[in-house]
Amino acid sequence: MNHARQYPRHWRRPPQIITDRRWRRILPLAILAYLILALGSLEIDGARLIEGLERGARFAHGFLQPDFTSRWGDIRQGLIESLTMTLTATVVGILVSVPIGIGAARNLVPRPIYLVCRSIIAVSRSLQEIIIAIFLVAMFGFGPFAGFVTLAFASIGFLAKLLADDIEEIDASQAEAIRATGASWWQLIHYAVQPQVMPRLLGLSLYRLDINFRESAVIGIVGAGGIGATLNTAIDRYEYDSAGAILLIVIAIVMLAEYASSYLRKTLQ
Amino acid sequence: MLSIDRLSKTYGTQGGASGDTALNNVTFQVPQGQVLGLIGPSGAGKSTLIRCINRLVEPSSGTIRLGETDLAAVRGRDLRRARRRIGMIFQEYALVERLTVMENVLSGRLGYVPFWCSFTRRFPGHDIENAYRLLDRVGLLDHADKRADALSGGQRQRVGIARALSQEPELLLVDEPTASLDPRTSRQIMRLISEICRERELPAIVNIHDVPLAQQFMHRIVGLRRGEMVFDGAPDDLDDAMLTEIYGAEDWTAMRQEHEDDTTAEQDTRLQLAGGAG
Repeated sequence: MNHARQYPRHWRRPPQIITDRRWRRILPLAILAYLILALGSLEIDGARLIEGLERGARFAHGFLQPDFTSRWGDIRQGLIESLTMTLTATVVGILVSVPIGIGAARNLVPRPIYLVCRSIIAVSRSLQEIIIAIFLVAMFGFGPFAGFVTLAFASIGFLAKLLADDIEEIDASQAEAIRATGASWWQLIHYAVQPQVMPRLLGLSLYRLDINFRESAVIGIVGAGGIGATLNTAIDRYEYDSAGAILLIVIAIVMLAEYASSYLRKTLQ
Repeated sequence: MLSIDRLSKTYGTQGGASGDTALNNVTFQVPQGQVLGLIGPSGAGKSTLIRCINRLVEPSSGTIRLGETDLAAVRGRDLRRARRRIGMIFQEYALVERLTVMENVLSGRLGYVPFWCSFTRRFPGHDIENAYRLLDRVGLLDHADKRADALSGGQRQRVGIARALSQEPELLLVDEPTASLDPRTSRQIMRLISEICRERELPAIVNIHDVPLAQQFMHRIVGLRRGEMVFDGAPDDLDDAMLTEIYGAEDWTAMRQEHEDDTTAEQDTRLQLAGGAG
């Protein structure tokens, strides 16, 4: 019984998700078959594609010769509307989402409040910005006010959910220690929760600010004012050179916001 | 004076089904100035016991009297009033890491000041004076404006001690104060806690894993096993047979030997330092 035991020299990672060998063969084939059938149902029209390419070329051409001047008044107006909408909506969004976010943190509030706040978040998140904008434009009429309300509403779902998730993951022992001093609920929030989630909340707010600016360009197309409305008008008038100019400005502002917010977030950590 | 009478805690009893018993009819008293060590294996109910006292955990039955108050029965504002009379020191320090050392110490006053006062950081002058005095006492006066996460483990635990003391407590609850510290720092922290209790005539309940350390610093030891008290007596009465009763079989003599080696090494270092200085 003294000879050394033989151990295998080969090892393969056992399958983790689909353990049945037959399913591992069938599933990729089924997916491939579905993909082919789905592509077949797309009704791709070759002639229309070629025609579209021509339009695309005109569009690209407009991009290469952006016209900032002839519609500058409209562009300026649209930009100011968009930026105003973005900033006000983000500020209102933050102010409303902080209490909702706290209410949606399971470790801080009684169950009924938790459920109510989570439902508000769920409603806000389940509706896409454009759909909300269409409703609100119908309610408040064309213009930036509808856009402002749309963005504020969408910000609430986003910020409150991420804040609540972050609060649920705080270090419980720090909160326990503050509770043990005889602190009230408000003091607990201010001394144990706020210091732990503040950097993240600031980061999220800056991130939301730049999302809101991008969204403001999209919801303008359905009538909620801002640079999106200007863009829509330019495309409707086949003024691709002005449209190109607007897109370039939007890209520049988004990039600027991106750099500024990542820089700020780094210094805030 | 703290007296605990037939304290029981059963976890997970919602709907009447009986869950795990963490504490079963625990009864003892802690007179003024006594430092009581609570020993027992993990899961014996040590943490639950001290958390029942300041109601971070809800006891299932029994009474806990601190002075005239039944801590097991108070609610709402009265509970917060009761909590501020009890200082607590935690295992992993449980400082609020992103606040300054001073804010952490002042947070011991939260039960005394109104929300607005704490929100604007405008604590009464005597609270601030007292916080500085406590930081000086634990040797961290120069660190008052540092963020808590900039300190070492031993320093953080000193801040934890200052925070608990700033409550001007009538009782100190200490949960594994040395579990994440090295042996030398552990001794320093235990020495600090026992000195402070002596200075202030403060009763304390200390959860402690380290049996030799408990025997060195505690006035009295209570042993828990599966939620029941199996030992209550002087540290010297805790012999190997008793330890086996509490923890199960283990080589206790070897553990003591190790502890003595640590102590001798510590003394050697101190002598060398003293020699080097002189």
